[in-house]
Amino acid sequence: MNKITLICSILLAGILTNSMVLSKFLGICPFLGVSKKLNTAFSMSVAVTLVMVAATAVTYPIYTYLLYPNYTYLETVVFILVIAALVQLIEMVLKKFIKPIYNALGIYLPLITTNCAVLGVTMLNIQNELDFVSSLFNALAAGLGFMLAMVLFAGVRQKVDEADVPEFLKGLPITLIAAALVSLSFLGFAGIGG
Amino acid sequence: MKSLTKRQVRQVKSKNLSIFTNGLLKENPTLRLVLGTCPTLAITTAAINGIGMGLAATLVLVCSNVVIAALRNVIPDKVRIPAFITIIAGFVSVVQMLVKAFTPSLDAALGIYLPLIVVNCIILGRAEAFASKNPVLPSLLDGLGMGLGFTAVITVMGAIREILGAGTVFSFPVTSNFINPMIVFLLPPGGFFVFGILVAASNAIAKKQGKKPVEHLGCESCPSKGICSKMQNPESGEVAENE
Repeated sequence: MNKITLICSILLAGILTNSMVLSKFLGICPFLGVSKKLNTAFSMSVAVTLVMVAATAVTYPIYTYLLYPNYTYLETVVFILVIAALVQLIEMVLKKFIKPIYNALGIYLPLITTNCAVLGVTMLNIQNELDFVSSLFNALAAGLGFMLAMVLFAGVRQKVDEADVPEFLKGLPITLIAAALVSLSFLGFAGIGG
Repeated sequence: MKSLTKRQVRQVKSKNLSIFTNGLLKENPTLRLVLGTCPTLAITTAAINGIGMGLAATLVLVCSNVVIAALRNVIPDKVRIPAFITIIAGFVSVVQMLVKAFTPSLDAALGIYLPLIVVNCIILGRAEAFASKNPVLPSLLDGLGMGLGFTAVITVMGAIREILGAGTVFSFPVTSNFINPMIVFLLPPGGFFVFGILVAASNAIAKKQGKKPVEHLGCESCPSKGICSKMQNPESGEVAENE
């Protein structure tokens, strides 16, 4: 029972209060770059969620059984290489066996290799000393939080596109200020789920 | 080198200087190329964090640029991105250990963002755009210029957020005695807001000089552009419409 409450609070925190993008600033590049249209924003965040969970499933045992306690300084190098290899592998597997998913997500996969959200979530799991199952749920929550932020923000941007924006704010500045407002509204969730 | 005339030497020198200032001003990585947004937004809650993060990233950038430039003819084109990432990750680990050993307070302030320098787009971006095509010395200057440009912007942004959010600069009280600080500037929304205003200001200056303002992040500025084959040919990818 305790376990279930813990997992629920991890999910709530990851999706609402500790949103990857809006409060930890991880994965800002896709958040600003790929959020212009709703469907691309959605596909990108599905791909990110998939890779986050898979990366956690692979890096957690590597850290716990190979690197800890003597080689923890190799964490950065090993994690980024494992994630890069994993993304390649996922891409190849999808291409060979599940063509429709590859067609929908394939273009986003190479971008995810250098996405700080993926590396960030695997490292945060280690830093926060979560166990394996909690780590997986934390990765899932981070991915879903990313998806929620992306989809909401894509909606906001479509409105911004039609709005009459002052000349000097056109383009990136108004996008960032819109992001500030979305982030401000997410502050309202602070306190939920501990 | 000894056969160069004085004039040629001067030309080489001015070219090197322009490579260095390029990163500081004309192609400032944060405001003009809009790379490395994650650390820019995340750690600029105080000016001192900006300096720490900036110098750590500069050190990694200079070292990785030099090594990549030196190895540019040895690294096979097909595996260049993983090779670059490995080199960068190595230097990041070195910097991480140095910071942990000598300035533990900075390590605590930067937290997860210190190892995340490895995925900072500025570094991979410069490796791909500059160091992999140029000799060692220009690459070193490019790394130094870009790194210091990054440091300058995030320090200024850190100072702005610190004044507005805590009333101090480098922990010295400035306005905290007579104005109630607006804590929201230290919170995530403040980061987005201040960065938005800074980009607007830099756009305004660029426009006065007759240059194009930064519209938004697109594939043009993405360091992964090279590995992302579909993005390069517009008809096959959806994302291409997204710039």
